[in-house]
Amino acid sequence: MTSQGKLIRNLAFACIGMFAFAFALVPLYDVFCDITGLNGKPSLEQAKVSETIDTSRIVDVGFITHIQNKAPFKVSADQAVISVQPGAMSKVVFKAKNISSENRMMQAVPSISPGLAAKYMHKIECFCFNQQALAAGEEADLALMFYIDTALPIEIEELTLSYTVFDITQSGQMGSSQGASK
Amino acid sequence: MNSITQDNESTQEQLDQIKTQEGVSITDHDDTHTEHHHGPEKGIKRWLYTTNHKDIGSMYLVFSLVMFLIGGSMAMVIRAELFQPGLQLVDPHFFNQMTTVHGLIMVFGAVMPAFVGLANWMVPLMIGAPDMALPRMNNWSFWILPFAFAILLGSLFMEGGGPAFGWTFYAPLSTTYSNDNTALFVFAIHIMGMSSIMGAINVIVTIVNMRAPGMTWMKLPLFVWTWLITAFLLIAVMPVLAGTVTMVLTDKYFGTSFFNAMGGGDPVMFQHIFWFFGHPEVYIMILPAFGIVSSIIPAFSRKKLFGYASMVYATASIAFLSFIVWAHHMFTTGMPLAGELFFMYTTMLISVPTGVKVFNWVATMWRGSLSFEVPMLFAIAFVVLFTIGGFSGLMLAITPADFQYHDTYFVVAHFHYVLVTGAIFSIMAGVYYWLPKWTGNMFDIALAKWHFWLSLVSVNVLFFPMHFVGLAGMPRRIPDYALQFADFNAIISIGGFAFGLSQLLFVVVVYKCIKGGDKVPAKVWDAAEGLEWEVDSPAPYHTFETPPKIKN
Amino acid sequence: MGVVRFTLWLILLIPQLSFANSSLNMRVGVTDISENVYQLHMIIFMICCVIGIIVFGLMFWAIFHHRKSKGVKPAQFHESTKIEILWTAIPFVILIGMAVPATKALIAMEDTSKADLTIKVTGSQWKWHYEYLTYQGKKGDVDFYSIMSTSQDQITNKEGKGEHYLLEVDKPLVIPTDKKVRFLITSDDVIHSWWVPDFAVKKDANPGFINEAWARVNTPGTYRGQCAELCGKDHGFMPVVVVAKKPTEFDAWLIESQKEKQNEAQADQALLSQTLSKEELMTLGQQVYMSSCAACHQPTGLGIPGVFPALKSSPIALGDVNAHIDMVLHGTPGTAMQAFAKQLTLKQLAAIVTYERNAWDNNMGDVVQPSQIKARIGGDE
Repeated sequence: MTSQGKLIRNLAFACIGMFAFAFALVPLYDVFCDITGLNGKPSLEQAKVSETIDTSRIVDVGFITHIQNKAPFKVSADQAVISVQPGAMSKVVFKAKNISSENRMMQAVPSISPGLAAKYMHKIECFCFNQQALAAGEEADLALMFYIDTALPIEIEELTLSYTVFDITQSGQMGSSQGASK
Repeated sequence: MNSITQDNESTQEQLDQIKTQEGVSITDHDDTHTEHHHGPEKGIKRWLYTTNHKDIGSMYLVFSLVMFLIGGSMAMVIRAELFQPGLQLVDPHFFNQMTTVHGLIMVFGAVMPAFVGLANWMVPLMIGAPDMALPRMNNWSFWILPFAFAILLGSLFMEGGGPAFGWTFYAPLSTTYSNDNTALFVFAIHIMGMSSIMGAINVIVTIVNMRAPGMTWMKLPLFVWTWLITAFLLIAVMPVLAGTVTMVLTDKYFGTSFFNAMGGGDPVMFQHIFWFFGHPEVYIMILPAFGIVSSIIPAFSRKKLFGYASMVYATASIAFLSFIVWAHHMFTTGMPLAGELFFMYTTMLISVPTGVKVFNWVATMWRGSLSFEVPMLFAIAFVVLFTIGGFSGLMLAITPADFQYHDTYFVVAHFHYVLVTGAIFSIMAGVYYWLPKWTGNMFDIALAKWHFWLSLVSVNVLFFPMHFVGLAGMPRRIPDYALQFADFNAIISIGGFAFGLSQLLFVVVVYKCIKGGDKVPAKVWDAAEGLEWEVDSPAPYHTFETPPKIKN
Repeated sequence: MGVVRFTLWLILLIPQLSFANSSLNMRVGVTDISENVYQLHMIIFMICCVIGIIVFGLMFWAIFHHRKSKGVKPAQFHESTKIEILWTAIPFVILIGMAVPATKALIAMEDTSKADLTIKVTGSQWKWHYEYLTYQGKKGDVDFYSIMSTSQDQITNKEGKGEHYLLEVDKPLVIPTDKKVRFLITSDDVIHSWWVPDFAVKKDANPGFINEAWARVNTPGTYRGQCAELCGKDHGFMPVVVVAKKPTEFDAWLIESQKEKQNEAQADQALLSQTLSKEELMTLGQQVYMSSCAACHQPTGLGIPGVFPALKSSPIALGDVNAHIDMVLHGTPGTAMQAFAKQLTLKQLAAIVTYERNAWDNNMGDVVQPSQIKARIGGDE
């Protein structure tokens, strides 16, 4: 191949590579967020139980739920704020109710503020790991078991765990959104 | 490759080498030989089938001028609505379409094609090449552009109107909450992206392979250097933009959730990916401007450009830094302290090489023998006003203050100073500088000076008060505003109309110059340097078929 | 000459300095942070001015003195490594000088102490919702929507514009002074941005994610801001109004609001047994329609073709009444049609459905009562 041909080929490959890179940015972004706590998205993996407890300090953990506008659910934590020692296991119960007259699927998406605290929030059990099926009018107690990592930076004294609750009945599963407004 | 790119002694031999190495253009060169004495074809076919870099350059420039006027008339609609508080002319939905399409047209339709047009015309002339390296591709990369903009502009007439989510098309406003015009928008962007990428490949291959013997890297005119670096930026980021719009498309129509929290995505990620494209894009629109101004200022200072080498290095470092500053567009999205600090520092750092450029231009003028022909007037206005845009850019880099500036008219003022009085003024400077070379006629100097002075005054009446309303708290992209902003908005609108009308003078000047005027010699400006001034005026249809000898 | 130009520049610039809190400059604001930010802004601005004066001064000196028309012969120099290194290094040093106060200000914004009051701020197209989560360890138990109260007539110039045109709401957010107030910001639909210039607080509201900002207000007063991120058609019409009250006044306000909320619930309860007249429902319905529905569906009920559907002669308004009520209550997922069940009272909801079924020649003749709405919402509470 001529040198000019080679150059053109390399440039074309560079373009294709950069197009692929745009998509590679998606997983890269997740990794980056895990490391830096950029977007406050906590892990959706089940964590191991903590072995130590830091008794020297107390952290306030607030719980809020945000029902995405159109979702016919009521979800609220039994306690708005709890004070925990890092490393100690806590359990919070969320009452969820399907207020519509149809069977619905619910998905809760967690978000933590400040974002930096996200990687120190370890969940042993969480209803956000799975979709929840709620029959018409059904009420359910959903459990969250978690502990705060003892490595939580000392300056964070207060953090908030927010659950945004979506109705995913139509999409059937995670990973789908609705089409255009008609 | 090096044997060609580096200096070569035997000139004719090298040209032959290039010709035989390059499969695509062999036939083309043969064509041109038969055509040579007859000149271009007549009629529409000349323009449809042309592979001549000058024809294609002219088409790009004319296309860009048309887009500039269309995008400008949208700005007039915006300014008319904002002339007074209250809704007078358009409804808010249409207003949003205007701001969106104005931005898209100006960025992708006016500024970028104008630079590509100038590159087509001037790069082969400046490096002593007979044409662009890939003339057929050159033809395609121009001719797909009108289709892209026909789609984009056509969507305005659809039911529900065109895109109304800002030129930055943040998800989920552009996905879940938009109309079906999103699909058309995505296709239009794809086509524009392809056009830009093909143009960029062409520029790189031309500059790397087709320089005349003796035209070594450090002898390249700065316009060629800045365009080479711009072309690499284009190749790096236009595919990322293509990827972003593809994700928007699949999120909207094919059930993916890249930017939708419900499916595990993140709308903020859209902004990260978009601005990873968007920030280098900003430099794509300003680096060639640096090149043009670096050609013009020495010519009218009758003095060599000060610090040529540092200009090249400054351009390269700006291009490099542009990849690590993107998140300064999104400080308010919520970022950890470390991230805010990192992006603040890197952004501030960009002002160092940019400052070097400004200092070099001033040093070039210092103790020169200055004269103030129209291109020089635009170039000086560029240096001053672009620097003002640079100052407000530096202020925007300061994260704590950015929380107050972000998404206000202060930002609008900033990017219009760098893009209108920066990019657009440099394009006009370039056009006035080279127009006599292209047409063989001198333009109407009196009219051109009117164009300059009217533009200069009105553009500042238009954009300078925007700093104040922005600082006082007027958000951008709003169709109506609180009463305390009323006086300034009226002034801004008047400046806007005046600037808009002044551009019609530019159209007149260009039209008259194409039609006729005083004949000019090969060297139009007495102290201008470069190979482009060694060919006749008007530049013959085919130039440098025999490579020129480069003086040392 | 140089001196004259320098003074001219100063005259141009000095008025700038004194224009704090006017319509020309950034607001000093009412928090320590906002003052800090203002100072920072002025420092950077002055540095830029000084650099500008020097650079442009030199340039204009050259323009006036080094002209060809004056017969100046050009000098031959075109590089000087020394000077070039110098003017790379000096800006670098200036930048470090700027970065120090900026970094300090940024770190000061990271207040790590616990908040006295936590408020959840939710943006939706095109209004804000405020929920008082906790106040000094107790549940706040107050929440309300805050909607722009400027009338359509003012916007369309049929009526004179009021003093706070576009920057006024029906229910402002009320916060105490001298307390740390934490805002947890999120969104129901697209990205919004909650901005109060006087607090130097601007934070994006991202759907599905939560963002945090805080303010400790020093002076009681009313502070106005706007949504700062393009969020669709009425982006320009979703103001933020915050009233800062002294802590004692705030406590009284909070107790009052909690009571009001209970009264409203009781009033709703009482409504269930009443039958409202069509006239009353139509009058109320028109009011509520104008504030909650007309932005999209238009006062004429014709909507905007291709964007917002018409209600006049629409299959929903002329169809099954229960389907119509459900649409208003729950909205349509993935579109701008919101769920109004939580935003409006039973009476308002009944009025709106009645209005939509009878206005613009829809003439269905239905009269919807609050009890019907309640039945559709479901049995709890």
